[in-house]
Amino acid sequence: MANTDYTIVRSTERAIATNKVLKNTYMLLSATLVFSALMAGLSMALAVPSWMYMVSVIVAMVLGIFVLPRTANSSSGVGMIFLITGLLGFGLGAILTLYLALPKGPQIIGTAFGGTGLIFLGLSGYALTSKRDFSFLGGFLFAGFMVVFIAAIANIFLAMPALSLAVSGAIILLMSGFILFDTSRIINGGETNYIMATYGLYLSIFNIFIQLLSLLGILGDE
Amino acid sequence: MDLFLKIAVAAVMGMVVFYAWRAYQHWQEHGPKAQKGDWRAVVLPLALVVGLVVLLVAMVR
Repeated sequence: MANTDYTIVRSTERAIATNKVLKNTYMLLSATLVFSALMAGLSMALAVPSWMYMVSVIVAMVLGIFVLPRTANSSSGVGMIFLITGLLGFGLGAILTLYLALPKGPQIIGTAFGGTGLIFLGLSGYALTSKRDFSFLGGFLFAGFMVVFIAAIANIFLAMPALSLAVSGAIILLMSGFILFDTSRIINGGETNYIMATYGLYLSIFNIFIQLLSLLGILGDE
Repeated sequence: MDLFLKIAVAAVMGMVVFYAWRAYQHWQEHGPKAQKGDWRAVVLPLALVVGLVVLLVAMVR
């Protein structure tokens, strides 16, 4: 009897801890998305040049790889994630300025925005309500990640539209898989740090939006 | 400037690939294996994502 009571108490404690990580993750994610959008608006108002996107991505990636993991367990991690997402938003503004100049620019941006929201909410809802543990996707996703990134590096210099389309499509699918994977890890206790969880989900959303913009920009042109 | 930025982005992306390789090794070694029906549970929502993207492209054309 005592063993059963202990098991029930431990299960309840784990559920409470998981729900707390989930709640903190989604709250921080909402805040960083809003901040990112504000920075994008600022960037568009300042009419920053398009190369600012590359600079922002470079700095954000370096911070994300080397600094964020070291600060994720302290309060400075929150400041760091806002810095990273603010940088990415600022760079995004430069890209949005380019798209607004296209004939169907506002439509493309609006469609990409709506599509990204639908994809994220749909997949998150599915991962939250499904009884499945999607952690088994880890090896497959990181292998795909490497292949796609190597193709993307090649395309930086080759600039082939067909390769660009293939890379965009692959990244959208990969990031969709990562949304399932990351959300599942939070639910099942595999990820207990809400800052790192937020970073993972934010990158998935950001990449889906950027690649949807690219796809719609190329394919939407009659 | 443009070439320099491209090289810098490629270098940083190369670093990301390196970290992805380490993550891949970790998950291959320690990650759980798929249970019955797991892959179908993944393919279905991803197929819906593909369908949605096709719909979005059709909306913009």
